[in-house]
Amino acid sequence: MKIGIVVFPGTNRERDMAQAFQVASGKAPQMLWHQQDNVDGFDLIVLPGGFSFGDYLRSGAMAAHSPIMRAVRQFAEKGGYVLGVCNGFQLLTEAQMLPGALLRNAGMRFLSQDCHLKVEGRDSIFTAGWERGAVFRAPLAHGDGNYTAAPEVLDQLEGEGRVAFRYCDAAGQVKHHDAHVNMNGSARSIAGVLSENRRVCGLMPHPENLTEDILGGTDGLPLFNGILEGLG
Amino acid sequence: MKVRVFVYLKNGVLDPQGKAVEHALHSLGFEEASDVRISRVVDLHVKANDAAAAKEQGEKMARVLLANEVIEDFRVEVSA
Repeated sequence: MKIGIVVFPGTNRERDMAQAFQVASGKAPQMLWHQQDNVDGFDLIVLPGGFSFGDYLRSGAMAAHSPIMRAVRQFAEKGGYVLGVCNGFQLLTEAQMLPGALLRNAGMRFLSQDCHLKVEGRDSIFTAGWERGAVFRAPLAHGDGNYTAAPEVLDQLEGEGRVAFRYCDAAGQVKHHDAHVNMNGSARSIAGVLSENRRVCGLMPHPENLTEDILGGTDGLPLFNGILEGLG
Repeated sequence: MKVRVFVYLKNGVLDPQGKAVEHALHSLGFEEASDVRISRVVDLHVKANDAAAAKEQGEKMARVLLANEVIEDFRVEVSA
């Protein structure tokens, strides 16, 4: 199995992501530079967190037009698996590989803290590591995490089981208007979404940062176990 | 030709920055201010034969990169 992690100027979570896959699979993923123009032979492409191109213009906007993203788009169109975390999620929306957009956090502040997520996505390797409805803790760190999309798009995502993860409290209660729970003000508390074919997933929080006891817990590990099992 | 691209959030899209500025204006005594929205202006030059062509180029740039049409609208103005 071959996993590639894309590195843009300003990416800073690629090694966290590589370590998480190393822990889960015993094998190191390969780093891919953004100017590369093909991703042939990979089973999964990961777009990690950071501040690609300084988040100039809009978060992820420049990276979405880099040479490697043309290859990643073609890879996804042929059924390839793509995971975008944080800046990677913003990038996937800018590249229109996932619906919606990520606005400035509702409270205007950069958030760096733990959150809780409820697993809601159906039929996806990105949620397969948990029981549906499971709640897990994940760190988050972003300034632009306020998910938005047209109401009919939100309805469609919910109707098709394509809301992968939702912000909730430790007890699993979703509270759209509680800034302690839905911290960035996301529409319908959406923290992560799936593409139509369920093979592209984007989420704002960082499960990769809770994958070993030395990091404070393994709450994020099911993401990686589910992916690896799904890829076979 | 000079091209000026105005990029602004669509109606109905929450603008937390505008909200914060509105609060600040109110606390400075400008209580008459409402519906504060922050937008972006991108100035650039293009080589074009006429204003219509320059405008078209600006609009294309806005659609491809300068604006995200999921959340933003844009308007292009051209001057010599």
